[in-house]
Amino acid sequence: MIVLVSLLALVALAAVPFFVGAYPLGLGIGILGYGVLATAWALFSGPTRYISLATVAFFGIGAYTVAVLADLMPYPLVLLCAALIGLVVAILVGLATLRLAGIYFVIFTFGLAELVRQLVTYYEVNVTRTLGRYVFLPIGPEHIYWQLLGLLAITLALAFWISRAKIGLALRVIGDDPVVASHLGIGITRTKLALFSLSAVVMTLAGAIQAPRWTYIEPSIVFNPTVSFLTVIMALLGGPNRLFGPLLGAVPLFLLFEWLSANFPNHYSIILGLLFIAIVFLLPNGVLAAWDKFAARLKNKEARA
Amino acid sequence: MSLLTLSNVTKRFGGLTAVNGLTFAINAGETVGLLGPNGSGKTTALNMISGYLPLTSGTIALEGTTISTLGPERIAHRGVARTFQLVRALPSLTVGENVLAALAFRKDPLWGSEAEAKIGALLENVGLAGRQHDQASNLTYIDLKRMELARALATEPKLLLLDEWLAGLNPTELRAGIDLITRLRQSGITILLVEHVMDAVRALCSRCIVMNTGARLADGPTADVLSDKAVIRAYLGDDHA
Repeated sequence: MIVLVSLLALVALAAVPFFVGAYPLGLGIGILGYGVLATAWALFSGPTRYISLATVAFFGIGAYTVAVLADLMPYPLVLLCAALIGLVVAILVGLATLRLAGIYFVIFTFGLAELVRQLVTYYEVNVTRTLGRYVFLPIGPEHIYWQLLGLLAITLALAFWISRAKIGLALRVIGDDPVVASHLGIGITRTKLALFSLSAVVMTLAGAIQAPRWTYIEPSIVFNPTVSFLTVIMALLGGPNRLFGPLLGAVPLFLLFEWLSANFPNHYSIILGLLFIAIVFLLPNGVLAAWDKFAARLKNKEARA
Repeated sequence: MSLLTLSNVTKRFGGLTAVNGLTFAINAGETVGLLGPNGSGKTTALNMISGYLPLTSGTIALEGTTISTLGPERIAHRGVARTFQLVRALPSLTVGENVLAALAFRKDPLWGSEAEAKIGALLENVGLAGRQHDQASNLTYIDLKRMELARALATEPKLLLLDEWLAGLNPTELRAGIDLITRLRQSGITILLVEHVMDAVRALCSRCIVMNTGARLADGPTADVLSDKAVIRAYLGDDHA
């Protein structure tokens, strides 16, 4: 039943570009982009509760790979290269950081994103002697929309499969108590590394696919830490441990941020910060879990009445 | 050949020596009590056997193969399972999933319908029949202990380490707990238990090892060890010896 509804929704969403204008399509691309990022983020951070702020590092790596390689090889090969680079970086970073826990992991991932941005900036300024890059690819917004929709569908299917597979259980055990996990024979580092890398590859592709849309990219755009923060808030709002939770958080928050940044460009980050605090305080497990709780309470009341 | 052998095992935390040159061996099928006053190093010894803590020096071997260089995950695969002094449930999982986590990642893993059947049997064995869909965070203290034991047994261990599994139970629960461990003994599992409840030690252990200030103070048949003057002195002081 869920599969059928999901397929129908997918077909309906795929038809959207035929019926809407350029602005709504742009909004659709933004929502799908963040939907992919938030879902990919929750693949790893949902069950393990490791809050990663490295999202934009992989997103930016994807975008930059396209900018650098677009003229040298066919587009599908460029995407493949981006995915591979994202994978290699994720494995290296994962091996170095996944032994960290809690706040140390958060700070490290934030630092990592900044480090990648500074490295790219340094390279561009000192080696290629030009900071920004142009991306001229004959890929229209509707193609970007379809690619992102495809990536979202694949990511959701992966998330669905993982939640039912052994590796999903392993991640939940690690998230609850790593000491118990190791005493039950779970390879903690291996499991975390696998999911962190998978999540990073999806994020890299999300950046790569959206690169042609900007035409001009530079480190301060594609490595903007706000992307990492938005991803976290969206996943937390919807509920990082539900299949559709992160996507559900991405839709309203992306629209809200669009509106805020258009109308309150100077106070945008203050509102963002306040919203972040409100979500963490009021909906620690996300809207979906809060709704379930509310429904259960309602049912109890009825039963008692 | 002994199932478990500790040779000259030492653990230092900075300047504090928690376990000091501990040596003993346990044969397959034995149920051995590891006793001693608080702070004598019992839990530290257990933590080193299960791989939770690395050794400062010495070796631990299981069936003649050194395990003290391995991590807890690989020691678990060699056949060592444990419970913890402070119960460590997996609170966001159900009771059944807690046990499934052990079945799914043991050396010959079970998953799917095979695992489901096994979960039912394991929970029934510890007195939690029909509770597999309950959230672990909703269980009472004794039931958490039962669940933790079922989880340890699910790995089909050769050696089971119980760290004060009977502590904090009321007399009825204690009786049930002792009966449960007696049944495990009879099934042939080798058990090393850290315990302060002396009635349980007398009922369950044929042999006891007593530790004091990190070293072995006595080792022998339970009745002899418990009447040993040095042991009484370590527990109760000179006046009682």
